[in-house]
Amino acid sequence: MHVVLLRIALLAGLLAFWEAASGTLVQEFFISRPSAIFAKLRGWVLDGSFFYHAGITASEALLGFLLGSCLGLVIGVLLGRARLLAEVLDPFIMAFYSLPKVALAPLFILWIGIGMTMKVALTATIVFFLVFLNTYSGVRNVSQELVAIVKLMGANERDILSKVVLPSALTWVFAGLRISVPYALIGAVVGELMASNKGLGALLVSAQGQFDTAGVFAALIGITALAYLLNSAVKFAERKAMRWKTVDVDDEVRI
Amino acid sequence: MIDPLIEFRHVSKVFETASAQVEAVTGITLSVARGEIVTLVGPSGCGKSTLLNMAAGLLKPTTGEVFYGGKLVDGYNLRTGYMTQNDHLLPWRSVVANIAVPLEINGWTAAAIAERVQMLVKLVGLQGFEQAYPSQLSGGMRKRTALARLLAYDPETLLLDEPFAALDAQLRLSMQIKLLDISRRLSKTILFVTHDLDEAVALADRVVVFNPRPGTIHKVVASPLARERDLLRLRHDPGFVSLTAELWDMLAPVVAAELHGETV
Repeated sequence: MHVVLLRIALLAGLLAFWEAASGTLVQEFFISRPSAIFAKLRGWVLDGSFFYHAGITASEALLGFLLGSCLGLVIGVLLGRARLLAEVLDPFIMAFYSLPKVALAPLFILWIGIGMTMKVALTATIVFFLVFLNTYSGVRNVSQELVAIVKLMGANERDILSKVVLPSALTWVFAGLRISVPYALIGAVVGELMASNKGLGALLVSAQGQFDTAGVFAALIGITALAYLLNSAVKFAERKAMRWKTVDVDDEVRI
Repeated sequence: MIDPLIEFRHVSKVFETASAQVEAVTGITLSVARGEIVTLVGPSGCGKSTLLNMAAGLLKPTTGEVFYGGKLVDGYNLRTGYMTQNDHLLPWRSVVANIAVPLEINGWTAAAIAERVQMLVKLVGLQGFEQAYPSQLSGGMRKRTALARLLAYDPETLLLDEPFAALDAQLRLSMQIKLLDISRRLSKTILFVTHDLDEAVALADRVVVFNPRPGTIHKVVASPLARERDLLRLRHDPGFVSLTAELWDMLAPVVAAELHGETV
C-alpha cells in the first residue's frame, strides 16, 4: 500500500512538473501539456473514436499474438523432439530469425494489401520466432534422464510429451510469451504506421501530420495501456498454468 | 546359481567421446538371483552406473550381452525401475500426482490410482504432505516420494544409483530400513550402487567390489549377515564389522594409489 501511494505521488509530481515546464522551460509545441493530452483523450473517449481505434490495434495484436504463439508452440515442440529435422533446418531458421521482421511489412503489403490481415501477419511473424525459440529450447532442455526414467515406467511418446516434455517446457513457453507482448504491439503499430487509416498507429501518424503533439501523446498512452493489459493477461495465464511455481526464471531468449 | 534374473555375460562398454575412447567396464560377468540385493561398490568412474544402465536397457554393451529373465535385454527393460541420486520428481506435480505418474501411464482408473497412491503414501510415511509440491519438501521426503513412485508400478527389479547419497546419516539410515523392509516384503531384486561401504554391507546379500577404470570386478563377497537384519543394531554385529573392514582393505590400495598419483 505504501508503495502504491509513493507511485501515485511520483506520477502526480511528474505530471505537475510537466504541466509547469510546458510553455516555460520547453515550448509547448514539443511536449504539449498533460491537461491538453487529457482533454484530447477525453474527446476521443467521448466520441468513441478511442475505443474504435484501440479495438482495431488490440485485435490485430491479439490475433497476431495468438496465431504466432500457437504456431511457435507447435513447431517448437515438433523440432524439439525431431533432432534430425531441427539440425537440417537450423541455418535457415537462424537466417530468417536474424532478419528484422518489420522489414517484411512491404512484402506483406504486396501480398495481402494494407488491411488488418497484413498487421496480423506481421505481428504473428514476430511473435512466432520468440515463442518458437523459447519452446524449442525448453523442449531441448528436458532432462534426458527424467525421460528415460519415465520411459522405464512404460511411457510411450504421447505420455512423454504430455507428462514430461510439455509441462517441463512450459516455463520457457511462458518466458517466450511474456517477451512477445511488446513485440506483438510493435507488429500491429508499425503496420499501422506504414499503411493504415485506422488503429492507434494510424491515429499517431495523423496527429503527427497535423502537428498535434497532444494527439501523439494521447495515442502513445493508448498503446501503453494496451501493452499493460496484454502483459497482465499473460502473467495471469502463467500464474494459473504454473501454480506450483513460486520463483521466476530469468533465462529467457531475447532479441 | 538358482534362478538368475539378471545376467551380465562378458560385458564391456566403450564410450566414444570427441577426443578419445573411454573403456568404462570390461569383462564383467555377474548373475543376480531373483529376490537378491546386490550392492556395487568401487572408486568413482569404475562403471557401476553403466551396468545399471545396461540392465535397464538404456545402454547397449559394446561387447557381451545382458540377459534379463533369460531374455536378451534389447531396448527399455520395462521390468526394471530406476532411481538415482537426483530424485527426478516432476516439480509441477504434487506428491500424490507424482506417485500416480506410472499408474496413469499404465492406464489405471482414477479410483484405482487413488487407492494405490494412498497405500503408498502410508507405506513411505508421507501422510499430511499429499498435496505438497516437490519444492516444498525436504530431501528425505522427496526421496520417499520417489521411492513410492518407483514402487507404485511394482517393477520386479529396482536399479538404485546412490539414491540416498545426498541425505544426512540419520535420514539415510531410515530410508535404508524402509527400503530393506519393503523389498523383503515385496521380494524385489535390487542392484544398488553406492560409495558408502557401510550402506553396501548393511543392505547386501552380496557385495561386488570394482577395480578402477576400466571397471572390472575385483571380488564378489557374500554377506555373512542374516537376510532379516536390524539395521539399527548392525554397527555392533561382528559380521558387519568384519565385512566392512574387509572391504576397506580392498579399497585402501586404490586410495593409496590415488594419493601417490597426486602432486602434493
